[in-house]
Amino acid sequence: MAELILKNLCKAFGDLSVVNDISLELTGGELMVLLGPSGCGKTTLLRLIAGLEATDSGEIFIAGRRVDQLRPKDRNIAMVFQNYSLYPHMTVEKNLAFPLKIASVGKEERQQRVEAVAEMLSLSEKLKARPAQLSGGQRQRVALGRAIIRQPDLFLLDEPLSNLDADLRTRMRHEIVALQKKLGITTVHVTHDQAEALTMADRIAVINNGRIEQVGTPETLYKNPANLFVAQFIGQPKINLIDARIERHLLIPFGLSMLNLNIDRDKSRLLAGLRPEAITICSDGEFVADVVGNEYFGSEHVVTLDFQGATIVASGASKQYAIGQSINFSIDSGALLFFDPENGRRLDKS
Amino acid sequence: MTERIEKQRKPKREAPLIMRQGEIMPWLFILPALIIIIIYIAYPTIYTAFLSLRNADSSAWATAACREGQACWGIFENYRYAITSDTMLRAFRNNILWLVVMVPGVTIGGLLLAVLVDRVKYESVAKALIFMPMAISFVGAAIIWGFVYDYPINPDNPNAPIIGLHNAIIVNFGGRPIPWLSSAPWINNFALIFVGIWINTGFSMTILSAAVKGVPKELLEASRIDGASEWHVFWKILIPMILPTITVVLTTLTIFTLKMFDVIYVMTGGNFETNVIANRMYQEMYVNFEAGRAAAIAIVLLILIIPVLFYNIRSFRQQEAIR
Repeated sequence: MAELILKNLCKAFGDLSVVNDISLELTGGELMVLLGPSGCGKTTLLRLIAGLEATDSGEIFIAGRRVDQLRPKDRNIAMVFQNYSLYPHMTVEKNLAFPLKIASVGKEERQQRVEAVAEMLSLSEKLKARPAQLSGGQRQRVALGRAIIRQPDLFLLDEPLSNLDADLRTRMRHEIVALQKKLGITTVHVTHDQAEALTMADRIAVINNGRIEQVGTPETLYKNPANLFVAQFIGQPKINLIDARIERHLLIPFGLSMLNLNIDRDKSRLLAGLRPEAITICSDGEFVADVVGNEYFGSEHVVTLDFQGATIVASGASKQYAIGQSINFSIDSGALLFFDPENGRRLDKS
Repeated sequence: MTERIEKQRKPKREAPLIMRQGEIMPWLFILPALIIIIIYIAYPTIYTAFLSLRNADSSAWATAACREGQACWGIFENYRYAITSDTMLRAFRNNILWLVVMVPGVTIGGLLLAVLVDRVKYESVAKALIFMPMAISFVGAAIIWGFVYDYPINPDNPNAPIIGLHNAIIVNFGGRPIPWLSSAPWINNFALIFVGIWINTGFSMTILSAAVKGVPKELLEASRIDGASEWHVFWKILIPMILPTITVVLTTLTIFTLKMFDVIYVMTGGNFETNVIANRMYQEMYVNFEAGRAAAIAIVLLILIIPVLFYNIRSFRQQEAIR
């Protein structure tokens, strides 16, 4: 199991800085998800690791070996592309065997390993087929198979699930994680889909504007985001943000005593963040709001409320509320997160 | 009862409009094209085939040209000349030489340039320059190269100016000028073929460059990550991916080469053993006034080109199907 270390990586295209002083360490066998909006530099970062782009500065180590000056073929990595990039003129068998053939692996061993990988990925029936004759999920599997057959040090996945339909995507998430754990190959997975990141990752690195905003386990990122960007980017429905202020030790508009809240410095204006599930609609709640919208998700209703001019969303409601209806709700004050409205930093972080 | 039967029969007697359209309408649509093809392609071809069986001025069957005591193929006498005469065999040999040297030369040169220009910043300028010879007429190109290959009238006179570029270079380095266009049969034929390569490389580069650009960049990147060297990427990924286009270029060039005429006509006039089939056809028609022989050569040329043409159309369709 090989660890991956990135030290102060920088990459600019002309004047546009795409990867900005990124440092990151992956332990052997870890699955790290690079999560961020499109254009944030996550794919460029992956391409830097792969060697498809040259770094401007910084160092990359794979299994203790410095690789940033090496060509892709010498880095002992494997990559799955968004559109699979199968060789259309080769059969599935030849596609799988290609990395071995290039590495001059003997014919018999090649055959054995192709069969083993095909077996593992349920592709044994399709070995003679061409990529064009396969379904999206099967192509995805061939791409995975071609990546793992060489037993690389590092596994790079560039949005491998984004071309699949929703049902298949969920299934492949599990398959990839299971495969990754079974093989124990250190993996970097790039996605813009937070659900994918939360379900698959050992740790997530949230990237924005070429910088790492926060690195942590999915749970840390959700419950204890380092800043406003991470809080807003992770979570569906999105976190509620309410303009708040402190007046005589009271948090307006909630009227909570600030003595119980963990804020380390005085701030007259701040943004209060509250996850939708921390808002409970109940008849004895201490706050009053008007219902402005309803969304039904089968297992729950998500209700949009107008609370003193702020639009907030409550999830987990058990029934539908009429629009315009006035309701009471309570909040889990322990789940409140406070941000500096000017720079988005957490104010209450320990 | 009879009423019902009549009702059932009625549609049989008058087929629905749409079915009657099916018999006539398609023909109406292709009629203009059909008329043009018949007048300008089918009729001349058939008439040429007819002329190839007639004598020099088409006044009698070709049998009339037979001489006592010599071989005679009856009405196919013109074909005996077109296929077995020394002059024609030499033209065939030269055409084969053109095929064997020019077609691979142009294809490999074009492919090399297509791959190389893909990697430079000033790609469009480089491509425009290489494509330029295509824009010059063959006659113009042949005249330009006539100067390049020029041989001084009196090579032993040290004061005579040397116009030919190649000979000027050779003389400058202390060599003796070479009669490029009259050293039969190897130097002059290769000199001519080189002009053909110079003209056509731009064509193959342009087509192959489009094909190279059509190969998804990610496929090449994927193969590099899979451990392939640039050599492997070229042979295992790029070439197989553009193989259909290479086939089209090869066959198109084969047809070009079989029809090659202008360069030879302008530069040597077919002298010094440089004649090819198309030149022979022209000479029979307009120099020797042997219409029958010219027609027979034309038919031989047509028969040689047809299989290549069919293959070309088929691979072009396959290429379209892949897209």
